[in-house]
Amino acid sequence: MKKKMNLNKSTKSTLITIGMVVVTYIVMMILTQAGALSSLMKGLLVPLCIYAIIAVALNLTVGILGELSLGHAGFMCVGAFSSAFFSICFKETMAAGPRFFLAIVIGALISALFGLLIGIPVLRLQGDYLAIVTLAFGEIIKNIINVLYVGRDANGFHFSTKDFMSLNMEADGKILINGAQGITGTPHDSNFTVGAILLVVTLLIVLNLINSRSGRAIMAIRDNRIAAESVGINITKYKLLAFSISAGLAGLAGVLYAHNLSILQAQPKNFGYNMSIMILVYVVLGGIGNIRGSVIASVILVLLPELMRELNDYRMLIYSIVLIGIMLFNWAPKAKLFREKYSLKRLLKKDN
Amino acid sequence: MKKFISVLLAAAMTATMLVGCSAKEAEAPATDSAASTEAAEVEGAAFKIGGCGPTTGGAAVYGLAVQRGAQIAVDEINAAGGINGYQIAYNFADDEHDAEKAVNAYNTLKDWGMQLFMGTVTSGPCVAVVENTNADNMYQITPSGSAVDCIKYPNAFRVCFSDPGQGGKSAQYIGENGIASKVAVIYDSSDVYSTGIYQSFAADAANFGVEIVAAEAFTADNKTDFTIQLQKAKDAGAELVFLPIYYSEAALILSQANSMGFAPMFFGCDGLDGILSVEDFDTTLAEGVMLLTPFAADADDEATKNFVAAYDAAYGETPIQFAADAYDAIYIIKAALEKAGATPEMSASEINDVMKAAMLEITVDGLTGAGMTWTEDGEVNKEPKAVKIVDGAYTAM
Repeated sequence: MKKKMNLNKSTKSTLITIGMVVVTYIVMMILTQAGALSSLMKGLLVPLCIYAIIAVALNLTVGILGELSLGHAGFMCVGAFSSAFFSICFKETMAAGPRFFLAIVIGALISALFGLLIGIPVLRLQGDYLAIVTLAFGEIIKNIINVLYVGRDANGFHFSTKDFMSLNMEADGKILINGAQGITGTPHDSNFTVGAILLVVTLLIVLNLINSRSGRAIMAIRDNRIAAESVGINITKYKLLAFSISAGLAGLAGVLYAHNLSILQAQPKNFGYNMSIMILVYVVLGGIGNIRGSVIASVILVLLPELMRELNDYRMLIYSIVLIGIMLFNWAPKAKLFREKYSLKRLLKKDN
Repeated sequence: MKKFISVLLAAAMTATMLVGCSAKEAEAPATDSAASTEAAEVEGAAFKIGGCGPTTGGAAVYGLAVQRGAQIAVDEINAAGGINGYQIAYNFADDEHDAEKAVNAYNTLKDWGMQLFMGTVTSGPCVAVVENTNADNMYQITPSGSAVDCIKYPNAFRVCFSDPGQGGKSAQYIGENGIASKVAVIYDSSDVYSTGIYQSFAADAANFGVEIVAAEAFTADNKTDFTIQLQKAKDAGAELVFLPIYYSEAALILSQANSMGFAPMFFGCDGLDGILSVEDFDTTLAEGVMLLTPFAADADDEATKNFVAAYDAAYGETPIQFAADAYDAIYIIKAALEKAGATPEMSASEINDVMKAAMLEITVDGLTGAGMTWTEDGEVNKEPKAVKIVDGAYTAM
């Protein structure tokens, strides 16, 4: 007990967040082993990790760096396609374990690289330019992938942006990326254990960054750019650091996504503008700058529409009403006052 | 303050998760709330058939058609005494035309106790779900998932033609019947169905003496003005324009071709079915358009007439080809179950084992083709019907 008291506040908070994920993981694993988990929940475990990771990644940009990104689905798309491409290229020649590990590294790195490339010109500007550029980036990536054809035969790789026929492959050629039809046959490497580990890694990276010297510099830039600059903080450097880490983690979520389904297509539904907004909703609902909140909010918002399937046609309608309700309850000034007045902690204190 | 929120959210999360866990126990009894109202009325042992497709979002028109077409077949069979004397319980889940959601929908149906799976409607989700049905050894028949990989496992079968089937058959039809030798193609490069047909058409065209003089693409974001594509086709001297696309864009293409004075022959696939019912579309423009379709709602055989009448009475609209595919899918399941002598007491896996063999032995006369048979790869054998629009109605060619 005494040792716990000595922990500083941020370490304690980090431990609670990680502990929450670990406990959930253990409970879910026990339930799976005991056969008490429905098929739906079993199928949802990996997507829950995916959306929690990407919500945390976006929160780093929105909450800690204080910039708005509307293209995180685009980074997820880059991570998904680069890793899936790697995986199908080495499907036959490598064992599943090391191949998936490399796919994770490749997906995260390439996506971080894209974040860096976009950040270099845009993060030098002041104002909401990042939002506009990332919005465009997400749409551009989706459209480029939809016209990209890549095949492989004995002579090596063939690329085309026109159609399948202009690849001019030998008869033994195999198509790897088939334009709008995307990548099929990605090995099913994602599972809940990997997902949970990656979520913990993501949380460790982000929470450690926040509590480090760099993190304090990043938050100083967010709170007052001029003051931060005047004390000698290299603004562009720290902005780029935070944004490329955020993009890389989004790519990580993309890798999990790509290896969870046997088909990967860049559709408006999964990598479009609406998905980016959806991720932003997770962040806003969980609290901007509140990493633990992002994890919890994404879990709730992914589960909610699935659990409301019984409502059939009214499902999405009720989902949006519930969403508005939760938002108001969490963030409306009156609701905040109400909660403070009747908060559990206060009531408990009164009893003492 | 923040702490309170996180405590509250954590509590909410635990609650939702617990609901997710307890859902299984709650749904164990045969009659449950998740099933559609029709399913709830079924008493005693029943075959549980689950369907899955988009009933919301951009592709909802196809998902709803399948849901309703299958519902009509289920009602007919139940009214006529069921399969092997057992009734059918039917439940349909929404997949929003998204692979991830389709897997969730499939898992929901599994929790309901589904024994046979009729789905999914669209190709992309179908490729994702077939991995799960194969792992679970669940019988699957897709009414309209046309991509090759949709049925790559032995447990999966198909009612419609595959994309390569349609493209190749179109090239063959155009070439062998000497309809045209110079062909232009206008297709949607962002659409799986359209690119699939185009690729197989282009691959086969040369074999049948058909020359592709122009292949022009458009995307889903940019599908209102086709004058550039049409001008290129015109300049290339195309005698025929092949349209492996859906009818709403085709209607625009036809009227824009008309206004620029370009009058080639037009040829399409089953996606063009429905062009005559487009609002504000001058159907005289569609005069002479040829399409390969397995189903025409105004055919005058008894089965089609009854189906169209029943569909119209129940839902107030004319069924499209997807509805007919789904209607056939249910009757195919019925024929195979009867052949195999299966009972609802068998598990999904046991049913699949007997169904795989029975599917190869049955012959089904359906709305989308007579004498349909299946091969081990899951593909259907049936003749494509080519129709030509004459005087605002389909006429067999």
